[in-house]
Amino acid sequence: MKEVSFKIDGRDCKAEKGQNLIEAAKQNGIFIPTLCYFKHLNPLGSCRVCTVKQNGKPIAGCTVSIAEGMDIEVNTPELLDNRKAILEMMFVEGNHFCPSCEKSGDCQMQNLGYETGIRYTRFPHLFVDRIVDARPERIVVNQNRCIKCKRCIEEVITNDGFKVFNFTNRGNQTLVSVDYEQEAKLSEAQAEHAMHICPTGSILVKGKTFGKPFGDRQFDYAHEGQNIPLTDIKKQVKSNKRKMRVATTSLAGCFGCHMSLLDVDLGLLDLIELVEFNKSPLTDIKKFTERCDIGLIEGGCCNTDNIEVLREFRKNCDILVSVGECAIWGGLPAIRNTVPLEDCLKEAYLDSLTSEEGETVIPHHEDIPKILNKVYSNHEVVKIDYHIPGCPPNANHIWNVVKNLLFEEEFSISYPEFKYD
Amino acid sequence: MKRKRLLARLWQFQNDNGYIPQVSINKLAQELRVSKIEIEGVISFYHFFHKEPTNKYIIYLNKSIVSEFKGYNNVKKAFEKETNCTFETNNKDSLFSLFETPCIGLSDQEPAALINFYPFTNLTPQKVRSIIFHLKNGNNLKDISSNPTSKIQYKPAKNKTIFFRDYVLGNSIKKLKNLTQNQVLSELKNVGVSGRGGAFFQTATKWTYCKNNKNKPKYIICNADEGEPGTFKDKAILNNLPGLMLEGMILAAYVTGAKNGIIYLRAEYKYLQPKIEKAIALMYKSGFLGKNINGIKNFNFEIELQLGAGAYICGAETALIESLEGKRGEPRIRNLFPTEAGYLNKPTVVNNVETFALAARVIELGSCFFKNIGTKISKGTKLVSISGDIAKPGIFEIEWGTTINQLLSIEMCNASEPYYIQINGPSGVCINQNEFNRKIAKEDLACNGSIMVFNKNRNIIQIIENFTKFFRSESCGNCTPCRAGNQILLEKIKKIKNGIATANDLDDIKKWNNIMKLSSKCGLGKYSASTFSSAIDKFRNYFNKIIIKNKGEIKFDLEAAVFDYNELIQNTQN
Ligand SMILES: Cc1cc2nc3c(=O)[nH]c(=O)nc-3n(C[C@H](O)[C@H](O)[C@H](O)COP(=O)(O)O)c2cc1C
Ligand code: SF4
Repeated sequence: MKEVSFKIDGRDCKAEKGQNLIEAAKQNGIFIPTLCYFKHLNPLGSCRVCTVKQNGKPIAGCTVSIAEGMDIEVNTPELLDNRKAILEMMFVEGNHFCPSCEKSGDCQMQNLGYETGIRYTRFPHLFVDRIVDARPERIVVNQNRCIKCKRCIEEVITNDGFKVFNFTNRGNQTLVSVDYEQEAKLSEAQAEHAMHICPTGSILVKGKTFGKPFGDRQFDYAHEGQNIPLTDIKKQVKSNKRKMRVATTSLAGCFGCHMSLLDVDLGLLDLIELVEFNKSPLTDIKKFTERCDIGLIEGGCCNTDNIEVLREFRKNCDILVSVGECAIWGGLPAIRNTVPLEDCLKEAYLDSLTSEEGETVIPHHEDIPKILNKVYSNHEVVKIDYHIPGCPPNANHIWNVVKNLLFEEEFSISYPEFKYD
Repeated sequence: MKRKRLLARLWQFQNDNGYIPQVSINKLAQELRVSKIEIEGVISFYHFFHKEPTNKYIIYLNKSIVSEFKGYNNVKKAFEKETNCTFETNNKDSLFSLFETPCIGLSDQEPAALINFYPFTNLTPQKVRSIIFHLKNGNNLKDISSNPTSKIQYKPAKNKTIFFRDYVLGNSIKKLKNLTQNQVLSELKNVGVSGRGGAFFQTATKWTYCKNNKNKPKYIICNADEGEPGTFKDKAILNNLPGLMLEGMILAAYVTGAKNGIIYLRAEYKYLQPKIEKAIALMYKSGFLGKNINGIKNFNFEIELQLGAGAYICGAETALIESLEGKRGEPRIRNLFPTEAGYLNKPTVVNNVETFALAARVIELGSCFFKNIGTKISKGTKLVSISGDIAKPGIFEIEWGTTINQLLSIEMCNASEPYYIQINGPSGVCINQNEFNRKIAKEDLACNGSIMVFNKNRNIIQIIENFTKFFRSESCGNCTPCRAGNQILLEKIKKIKNGIATANDLDDIKKWNNIMKLSSKCGLGKYSASTFSSAIDKFRNYFNKIIIKNKGEIKFDLEAAVFDYNELIQNTQN
């Protein structure tokens, strides 16, 4: 095979002529993230995460065969942002509730989210109702998590040569559907292989749990030693020597983020030297008594009271930070966003196992906050200055962000502290 | 059965039963030795194939933007009222099934519908009533259908008309006796014939690639899928000059050595099929198709016609090829041209209907004829189909270099207060009044044939919403930026319509357009947000009126958010 020279981001590289760019880049020490690419398959070019520029023209990197003199761009600011945007699109198109996903920590898409540093999505979440198909013999297909990468369609074939998965419909209705007859022919090992190649948690094998605890999962420490700088935070350093004031609240959240807040253990004693808490469940101060430097918001908005409190925080805090998945995009409470409000309330108050026979009244009173038609992220309601992902976020992550905001010193986040679950 | 016959077979089942029953799916899967889900995947890709039973009359009402502006809503209501059915649901025990469909190429006669693929045009509630009345009384569908002609509203002076001049069968083919393959190519090159499907790729270059390819057999494919909303110029050729198009295909076969040609006709034009097949038969009879064509030894070529089944994306050449191979119409990755590996992985030329017709005229008339027609760079004429708020919608053969102002004048389409013009359909560009002096020419506004003119009273966001919904459902669903991107854009449109969008949202749309353009696999995704993005700049005043100008502000519509709750509480109180 002939060796040829080409360039990646201006760097001289060498590879065999005709070699796939993803592989060639890897050999030259450059990592191009992908979700649909598989070395042994014809390139699919469906996920578009690997979009690069070849001689100035955008193209899916997995479909490029190396030729002499090629000029490839991989990590330009435009392409890096594009890669992030495509991942964000995947997050908003499906319903990716990481904390309740069996594959969390072993999910390639989630890991790419960490790698590209997605804290929140620039796009609105779509919350389309999707099914979980448990009809197959060995597997369950959770359409909420499917990103339509096509890997399973190309790769999972019965021993006698039949496809088990195929696309059906088109446009926004496109689905990866299962052929039940063919699926029944799969061996346990083949089914596990299907689960394994799924880059998300869409294909699972029945009765198979991910036995590994937090910390031992595939991507838990994938980037140990690396740090995420917080350079994109606008500092709020004040010259007066007073203690910085912090307010916190929990809207539609579970107080897990507040628990995490306390998880810095003895570090808390140092913090108390530097900051004081105003309105917060920690102090039980109900109303703002002074303007605050930072407001930490846990939870999103599911009722009118949440909206009111959030607006109050915006008015009284210089900087507002959404803490945790619920605050950032609705999180677990937003599971209801794919279901009409009427069905939710009827299920809760009229038709549930514990409701009275023939019950017709949904409880309401002028003092009870009204439930919103869906759970809203905080940045849909007021301006939010920073987002801290996690369910709950790691304590160090929260406090390093706060410290970075308020003090002159530079802080950063270590990768294992950057999680969605 | 061969896989490439799959669409034809599915049509058979669809026509015989009104839908494709599970037993037929099983049978096809068995014959092709593929899993059933593969067959279902194909069926569900095309919107004229149904998996649920339909009734005797299937009505497809066109939902393009021109139709919307010309009374779509009232016509839709009339259909529902007269048939007592609702759209998009399976109404048992009825004679009728109602569906919406994107542009059916009758933009000059909207609102229009297809009933069992017979066209019905210029619909009004009264007209709907009479149609349904006739059908209920068992009258013959064909007899009551409209017979839409392609209205040729304009052609240049006789010595400058290329397409709509008299057609004499075989005039171009007869010239081949004295022309080598290379001479044909240089004639095309002299005129600068380039693809009229929209990409304007040099036709001679495409044919040369295919000619030089050693691989055999080769194929010539005519792209008669004309799916871009607002385009109906290919239909004018299929309607008035089918022979000319066939001659172009025969020329391509002569140059490349292909033995087989396929016309991929969109199902929306099924009513033209008899006419085209008649033209093909005449070619065989006259010795211009078949063996030793025109007496040239070993020049053998055959043409057959295949029907699409309702999928805009199948106009994109590699998707079209997939569709011809009996698959879902998903575009291929762009690492090989069809001239290297096309239909059945063999060298293939795909050209637009108008391109073939033009090639035939070039050979017939000689390249010299074109010398003084058009501009320096764009030689000859262009077919455009114009619709919207104009007095004379229809087909215009215009000299390249004609300005938009000239087009809009009384002599041509006679527009009333034109304000917003969409060139090249939803995938194209919009222009405002400041640009009406621009020229239709490859070097300025390279027009593929669709022009929609809207006046000041039309709602721009309604236009954009119609386009975005079109792309959302016509995307093949393969790649993320196109499939998800169009859904996401609709959320922004919702926000604008609710009056809570800010200048920030408009900036977002422009940025997101760049992302879709950069990373989508094919033209559909790449250009699906470009109209939206450019409209924001070109109609700034309009958008400024409907958004909140303060960039940093975030407006949350609390009333809308509690509307459902209030309703529910009210309704469950008694
Ligand atoms: C989404 C999409 C839709 C298209 N639709 C059509 C069409 O309806 N008719 C057509 O002739 N070309 C269409 N094209 C262009 C074809 O891919 C191809 O370029 C053309 O058929 C080549 O013929 P030409 O060189 O004669 O234009 C489409 C392209 C894209 C990306
Ligand atoms: S851009 Fe759209 S239509 Fe084209 S391949 Fe991607 S999903 Fe399919």
